[in-house]
Amino acid sequence: MAVAPESASSRQGGGLIHWIDQRFPLLSLWKDHMAEYYAPKNFNFWYYFGSLALLMLVNQLVTGIFLTMSYKPSAAEAFGSIEYIMRDVEWGWLIRYLHSTGASAFFIVVYLHMFRSLMYGSHRKPRELLWIFGCLIFLVLMAESFMGYVLPWGNMSFWGAQVIVSLFGSLPVIGHGLVEWIRGDYVIADATLNRFFALHVAALPLALVFLVIAHIMALHEVGSNNPDGIEIKEHKGPDGHPLDGVPFHPYYTVKDIVGVAGFLVLFCGVIFFAPALGGVFLEDANFEPANALQTPPHIAPVWYFTPFYAMLRAIPSFGGTQVWGVIVMGAAIVVLFFLPWLDRSPVKSIRYRGPIFKLALALFAVSFIVLGLCGLRPPSGIFPLLARIGTGVYFAFFLLMPWYSRWDTVKPVPERVT
Amino acid sequence: MFKRLTLMAALLLPCGAVLAEEGGMELMHAGTDINNMQSLQRGARNFMNYCSGCHSLQYLRYNRMGDDLKIPIAQLQADLMFTSEKPFDMVNSAMPADAEQWFGKRPPDLSLAARAKGVDYLYSFLHGFYADKTRPWGVNNLYLSNASMPHVLQRLQGLQKPVFKHEAGEGGEPKMVLTGVEMMSRGSMSPEEYDHFVRDIVNFLDYAAEPVKATRQSMGVFVILFLLVFFAFAYLLKKEYWKDVH
Amino acid sequence: MTDDVDHSRRRLLTAATAGTGAIGAVFAAAPFLASWKPSARAKALGVPVEVDATALEPGQMMKVIWRGQPVFVVRRAKSVLDQLGSHDALLADPKSEDSEQPEYIKAQGAARARNPQIWVGLAVCTHLGCSPLNAFEANNSAQLAGVDLGPNWPGGFYCPCHGSKYDISGRVFKSMPAPTNLPVPSYAFVGETMRVIIGVDDAKHA
Repeated sequence: MAVAPESASSRQGGGLIHWIDQRFPLLSLWKDHMAEYYAPKNFNFWYYFGSLALLMLVNQLVTGIFLTMSYKPSAAEAFGSIEYIMRDVEWGWLIRYLHSTGASAFFIVVYLHMFRSLMYGSHRKPRELLWIFGCLIFLVLMAESFMGYVLPWGNMSFWGAQVIVSLFGSLPVIGHGLVEWIRGDYVIADATLNRFFALHVAALPLALVFLVIAHIMALHEVGSNNPDGIEIKEHKGPDGHPLDGVPFHPYYTVKDIVGVAGFLVLFCGVIFFAPALGGVFLEDANFEPANALQTPPHIAPVWYFTPFYAMLRAIPSFGGTQVWGVIVMGAAIVVLFFLPWLDRSPVKSIRYRGPIFKLALALFAVSFIVLGLCGLRPPSGIFPLLARIGTGVYFAFFLLMPWYSRWDTVKPVPERVT
Repeated sequence: MFKRLTLMAALLLPCGAVLAEEGGMELMHAGTDINNMQSLQRGARNFMNYCSGCHSLQYLRYNRMGDDLKIPIAQLQADLMFTSEKPFDMVNSAMPADAEQWFGKRPPDLSLAARAKGVDYLYSFLHGFYADKTRPWGVNNLYLSNASMPHVLQRLQGLQKPVFKHEAGEGGEPKMVLTGVEMMSRGSMSPEEYDHFVRDIVNFLDYAAEPVKATRQSMGVFVILFLLVFFAFAYLLKKEYWKDVH
Repeated sequence: MTDDVDHSRRRLLTAATAGTGAIGAVFAAAPFLASWKPSARAKALGVPVEVDATALEPGQMMKVIWRGQPVFVVRRAKSVLDQLGSHDALLADPKSEDSEQPEYIKAQGAARARNPQIWVGLAVCTHLGCSPLNAFEANNSAQLAGVDLGPNWPGGFYCPCHGSKYDISGRVFKSMPAPTNLPVPSYAFVGETMRVIIGVDDAKHA
């Protein structure tokens, strides 16, 4: 045959695909990001959470769009419209639970995804920008979920918003005016709800989607890290493809489907059997309408904010201002952005690091969980002390990293993935 | 690594659980069952007879309740609909607008009471009335001190009296601490009958707080089974493809 | 990569996974589509409405809202009823063959009513959904300001949007923008009274 194999393969699909491909880079997109994107073949359990985070983003967008069709963003009607969705709209309860459980699940997979990065050094050179995009996604996600939590206009929504917005009031000079500007009223009110709704359903999701695209583009530019923390691009076969890589499609598509299926079993287990998860995913006090005269007895943010909330409360006010807690809480997030330059270890993966880093990471993980538990509890008894210790460990993990990561012993890193 | 972290998390959990109950009376266990249709039907009847005079269920429609609890519309209209006349209507209270003057505050809507307060709280609350001459209605409540609600079920339960324990307060002066209640004068029901009566009401309120709850749970079983089949196929497919790599 | 791939097993498992996934996707999509159906509240607001036409004088009408749409309830004078069959040649659908109404209304012919004295019909023009105006007086071409209904106007309805004309049974005239007669909803009288329940075929089921 006279047809060269190369041109035959570039015309695969023929017909419609060919027609489209001459007008839009469909096949090259498919090849660059799926069929010929080579990912390390040694991904483990921890590598499911990226695709699961994407799944949750899609879930939140789709269910969110359908919720806006029946939700009323006004102080008078918001709470009732949620019950309208839960009772009067056909299947509205399922759509609402998919969204409310999805918010918590999104944070679970994102936290695990970030922890994976800490373990295997995925934030290290050349993936610094990839990590920064990820941190920005986390930041936008926090704003998105906070505003989303206000929308049901339950009593916890109201007082949660009251407390979080008041944080800005502790900033010197501008604080008071800033708080009024954010609320658009003298209290959390209809105007606040309405603007949070606009940001929650339009501005922030748009920002999230763009950041996720940037995150994936950056990932596919530098290539995925792996549990060994070594670059597969350094060992290529005669065909120019990494020897330790496999095409994302079909190998990781079929693998991620397994992850998705397993995840959905747990996700649907919560949705169908415990959508409030004992008051953790949907708090009891939020089944009472917003009441500006009565603060709920235990006021705490949703679980995914509690580690940071605990840090806020752990810092006492002194010098006549409580701004220090706010600064510490902000710093806890800002410090994440600097991680790629704080880590000075010659190796990336925890597999080849010494005992100091392993201990530091374990302490960090424990402190994060402890902070989370402290944030859920009233600040009495042992919890303020635990929160202070937790805050100390959290910051020590990052701020001492330039030293302990360098002093730590390391094991020899293999040439090829194991 | 992962195992070690889960272990640490597991060790930390109990310390949270122990401290969960702080202050207040320990709640009674409601023991309700959302799938017990007879109990829900009795609860609906009890609610309409004893509660709906003051408390509305503003998010529950009569016809929805009739469908879910298998009560025919005709029976619904004859036996249960005291406060309004259309089957599509929400369960409103018969309370006039000036109710606030009678009780100090408007009797709350109970649509979501079971989700906001929990069934155990509601069950305990309805058991917790005791005689207290200082209160406007002559009763107080063990689980909500200075409750503004009269003991509507007193004829059924009877009247309880408070039990105090004498303790030395701060600075040495004696202090009375409320520790519980005991029956002072029996009502028309035995304690067991009253337990059942209240359990039915609370069960009904649990239904009213989320009418789809029972459906959701039974549907969930099929969803999970389906996903497990999908998981099995996906897992075998993954294994098959990854033979190439391993 | 290797050549000893069991292609048939691979195809089978791919089909099984894709098939299960597709079934799952359909089941997942269904609730979202179903959520667009009229909600319990819409159904509650769409329940039958009762109108008491006893007080209407001949030549008077009232408009009521049923399922968010305006409905005419017209008391017709005997003189008007006597003329009803006389202009069938001018109508587009005199026997209501192509129009929307319950069978028992169609069976009534020119009157298009269960009780000829009371006409009930949707006040929604079949052209583009405007609400027609009433011009019940026969041979009175000036009863609508600025509109000439013609010298032989038998009395009926006139749509201000695009000029469609209907007779007093809601039957559309020939060569009008509106294609069919005004729709008649299900309705029933309560016993022998002039009380109409709109939205049911039988007053006992209201």
